[in-house]
Amino acid sequence: MTALEVRELQKSFGGLTVTANVSLAVKEGERRLIIGPNGAGKTTLFNLITGELKPASGRIMLFGRDITRIPSRLRAHLGVARTYQIITLFPGETLLRNAVLSLLGLSPLRWNPVVRLDRLASLAEDARAALARVGLGAIAGRPLGETSYGERRRVEIAMALAQRPRLLLLDEPFAGLSVEERRDILRLILGIPREVTIVMIEHDMDTALEFADRITLLHFGKVIADGTRAEVVADPRTREVYLGE
Amino acid sequence: MTRRLAFALAVLVLATLPFWLTNSYYVNIASQILIWAMLALALNVLAGYAGLVSLGHAGLFGMASYAAALSVAGGAAHLTAAVLALAATLVASAVFALLSLRSTGISFLMITLALGQILWGIAYRWISLTNGDNGINLLSRPAPFGISLESPQAFYLATLAAFLLVVTAMEIFVASPFGASLCGTRDQPRRMTALGYNVWLIRFLAFLFSGLVAGIAGLFFLYYDKFVSPHALSLATSAEALLMVISGGTGTLIGPIAGAALVVVMKYVASAYIERWNLVLGAIFVAIVLFMPEGLVPGMLRLWRAMRRARRARAAAAHLG
Amino acid sequence: MPNTIALALGGSGAEWTVPAMTLWLLLAINSITLGGLLFLLSAGFSLIFGLMRIPNLTHGSFFMLGAYLGVSFLSAGLDFWTAALASAVAMATIGGLIERLLLRRLAGNALAQVLVTLGLSFMIADICLMIWTGDPVQIETPPALRGAVPIASVVFPAYRLAIALIAVVIAGMLWLMLDRTRLGAMIRAGVDDAPMARVVGIRVGRLFSIIFCLGAGLAGFGGVMGAPILSVYPGLDADMLPLALIVVILGGTGSLVGAFVGSFIVGFLYNFGQALFPELAYVILFLPMLAVLVIRPQGLFGRQA
Repeated sequence: MTALEVRELQKSFGGLTVTANVSLAVKEGERRLIIGPNGAGKTTLFNLITGELKPASGRIMLFGRDITRIPSRLRAHLGVARTYQIITLFPGETLLRNAVLSLLGLSPLRWNPVVRLDRLASLAEDARAALARVGLGAIAGRPLGETSYGERRRVEIAMALAQRPRLLLLDEPFAGLSVEERRDILRLILGIPREVTIVMIEHDMDTALEFADRITLLHFGKVIADGTRAEVVADPRTREVYLGE
Repeated sequence: MTRRLAFALAVLVLATLPFWLTNSYYVNIASQILIWAMLALALNVLAGYAGLVSLGHAGLFGMASYAAALSVAGGAAHLTAAVLALAATLVASAVFALLSLRSTGISFLMITLALGQILWGIAYRWISLTNGDNGINLLSRPAPFGISLESPQAFYLATLAAFLLVVTAMEIFVASPFGASLCGTRDQPRRMTALGYNVWLIRFLAFLFSGLVAGIAGLFFLYYDKFVSPHALSLATSAEALLMVISGGTGTLIGPIAGAALVVVMKYVASAYIERWNLVLGAIFVAIVLFMPEGLVPGMLRLWRAMRRARRARAAAAHLG
Repeated sequence: MPNTIALALGGSGAEWTVPAMTLWLLLAINSITLGGLLFLLSAGFSLIFGLMRIPNLTHGSFFMLGAYLGVSFLSAGLDFWTAALASAVAMATIGGLIERLLLRRLAGNALAQVLVTLGLSFMIADICLMIWTGDPVQIETPPALRGAVPIASVVFPAYRLAIALIAVVIAGMLWLMLDRTRLGAMIRAGVDDAPMARVVGIRVGRLFSIIFCLGAGLAGFGGVMGAPILSVYPGLDADMLPLALIVVILGGTGSLVGAFVGSFIVGFLYNFGQALFPELAYVILFLPMLAVLVIRPQGLFGRQA
């Protein structure tokens, strides 16, 4: 079963083509790594998949269903979750509240204006579990402002995992982390069960290579190479793209 | 527990106010503070919790006043008039929301400003409908369950009842999942959409709630003066409401209430001693924006905590030395 | 509408009765005059909005304060034009101080800057009340322009024509500055894309000061120019600010052409609206602004944000 298929996706900003006829297919349970130099259009691709951006042409299929026209917020309900390159968490709130907000997004409770959010025990429990899955269960009550950058990166992932997505998009999850922290996050990601299909954008090849089943190389919005890890690493075009820049 | 106690104490103090504040003039001031506090709380739903600063809220506020006054002048009973007025305000809020929620930030500010001005212009110029600058008089205040509200004390207690209702509703709202969603859309609208929230609809519903409360404030404003003029819908009134919210602080419920108290006291009490209260008000506002942008209430709390820390540090140093 | 109307020409003491069709001509001339005044008010507002991305809610106050200062300069013995220029310089200075001391501290926080301008408008309004009291002040038209100018069998007040001419001249000067000078090029670059302009090396902060001074000065000058017609009174600021907003929204922020065209559109809408549909006068004024904000936010001549 193909989890994610992107067919001839096209997107331009003014005169600049950011996504040029991109096609790729990710199998269910696969670990796909998307690489490419800065400005290659990787995050734009993610934004197109989540629906934040509308493509000029092309199709996006999620588990066989055409979601090209489906608005962004509904894609979350269809099992798409993502993390962001720049940490986008809710400031001034505790980690627990951050996780709760993630869980609420898919729950009809989010429209309820009379119940006390703090009293919803099962929601809090699930939120704590989501934080525990990334190793932050102990500090669930801590305000976001009092956490370290590494911890916040974990919360980013916890937010996405909390919604039990079928497709997880990780946008540079290692950005700004120390070597040790990267290993920790990598271990976390490797530990995610295969029910979740993961597509990751990363710059740090050393850490990310271990993760990847297949790799897609983007450059100037085009797919330059697409294959297994071994194939793409050996591909001369990969070296060209990275050395040439 | 202390919060509950403080709240209960405050309610007690407020409820018994007419008995220990014997001067009717000050009882009226208290009524005004409560009315403007309701408007400030309404605006806070958008400006504080939704992160959408509106400069047109006087339009919704005054709309309720006018709608009620016109209904009564047309022969309706007070209750009917009030219901009609609030319904009209809800419709207006929906229109406001539909037009202004296409954008955020400064654009949102300008659209709400324009909308407020349109309503003001109608009140000011559509003389055959609204009597223009001469305003509309209300012959008598409503008498719920036959109790007359003509005396300042009785009116104050009725206003207090409405105010406490509004505050309770706000408190429940903020603590609810919907309230949390609204604050989420303020902080990270992108992420909220990615998490599955319908950001536009959340803001729209919040706008309706905000408009309804502004309408309630507008009703009591009408009943207080027994008169409404276009000034109630003016940019100056919207600006004053915003001043109240911002100066008091948007992060809390007390903030807008404190801000309303500040502005009303400045206007009516301080103006007896300080001739140019608008100048002082403007200066305080500028100072708050520059130095205490989170508002007076959070800002004062911050200062107080800092002072306590400094005192403790000094005490500790004294112990060691 | 009566068939003939009595027209009193400012200062000349003559009274003429003219056919009703001339009412339209008179409305037109008043619209052009108002348009000219609005241009003086809005050109600066538009540039400030375009460059600094904030609606300067103190702009109406600048207009009013400039007018009041003109009144004082006049009573101090200066002649009309010197008073107007002195007022412009004074307002430019005040504008510069506000920008440097207050707005610059909040650089990057557009909303806070808007709020500060709001607070300042309260302060300036009260200061004016303090100094010049609440009575409206009427200035006399400058003696040289007190007469009337006959054009095609109708006689027009000279001063009103003069305002329109002055507006056109100033518009021309501004356009030359923006189009031909290096400063103008930098301003245009800043309006187009301020962050990019910074990257390229343009001292955008300094441009902010210059534009704010220029805007305040123009507004003050406009205030004095308008005083013989509008008179000066508390609340003038609140009357003028919304008009400036409409002009700039219609014409497009940051666009001089937009401010020019927009000013005259609003001048006409205002006068003809008042005459034809007095009850809906403000709706006629604000509805186009609203429509533009919702449908075409960049205005008629502005750039897509």
